[in-house]
Amino acid sequence: MRALWIALIAAVLVHGAAWAQEDPAPDTEIVDTRTEAISKTLRCVVCQNQSIYDSNAPLAEDMRRLVRKRVEAGDSDDEVRDYLRDRYGDYVLMTPPLQMNTILLWAGPIILFLLGGIWFLLRLRAAPTAEQGDLTEEDRARIAAALANKDASA
Amino acid sequence: MSWSRIVPVALFVVLTIFLAIGLTRDPSVIPTEMIDREMPQFELPELREETTVTEADLVGEIALVNVFGSWCVACLQEHPTLMQLSRDDTVKIVGVNWRDDRVDALDWLEEHGDPYDTIIFDEESDLVIEIGVTGAPETFVLDPDGRIRYKQIGPITPEVWKDTIRPVIEAIELEAAGEAASS
Repeated sequence: MRALWIALIAAVLVHGAAWAQEDPAPDTEIVDTRTEAISKTLRCVVCQNQSIYDSNAPLAEDMRRLVRKRVEAGDSDDEVRDYLRDRYGDYVLMTPPLQMNTILLWAGPIILFLLGGIWFLLRLRAAPTAEQGDLTEEDRARIAAALANKDASA
Repeated sequence: MSWSRIVPVALFVVLTIFLAIGLTRDPSVIPTEMIDREMPQFELPELREETTVTEADLVGEIALVNVFGSWCVACLQEHPTLMQLSRDDTVKIVGVNWRDDRVDALDWLEEHGDPYDTIIFDEESDLVIEIGVTGAPETFVLDPDGRIRYKQIGPITPEVWKDTIRPVIEAIELEAAGEAASS
């Protein structure tokens, strides 16, 4: 019985050790997640509406490998992005950076919203408000006649 | 005409102009960042020989660096033009055989002709990404200092050669002649 226990514990220990070895080093995991995250922010220059993470294009595949290589070499996320931006320009970024030539792109919706608001307010003020003057004698007579007519028909 | 009538018309006109420009641009043509930069350092095998090619091999004379592959359909379109340039010995032509299989590439050259003085075998986009290539065919014009002076996206048709690339080469030649004269 005791021998069986020892064998069982030994088996668990050996198995546990083997399992621990197969487990990828945390380093690789970090590289994986960072490569994935960075790849999602880079545009595939062949297909353009996909990130290099989503794209199956051969060039996107090679770019993912390059991103991984840069990450492993110790580049920060921004350094990896700048590396490709240096070669492919702003096009390669999924999110256009806020700078002089994109200021209209970023500010456009706000400007349009404000212009629309101003236009709306101006119109609201300019619109002729209905005169709510007192009823004339003539009006009263017509109302009375209409009411009398209604009573009579009921 | 009152002010409130002019505004929508004006907006419409502005929108039309924006769309007229925006929708007629080819989105696959990404402006290159590489103009006036030197070729990056690289070391890759030659396709046909057992040697390696580096950026130093691209210095000394004006060169066309042409990205191609046996898988690239549009490359066939420009191939006759490259062959003609090669026959006339107009300019040094360096090929970048991109993401190709060695055997396929050699077969392709056998079948269609080989206009290249040197062919860089770039199997995994190492050089191609360094010089910001987005597809094939693409062609860079290098000056004698090995600096990139122009990038052609898409095939070099006889018209592209005559109207675009030849003038670029002539300008570089003129520049080089001027430098030689002044020194």
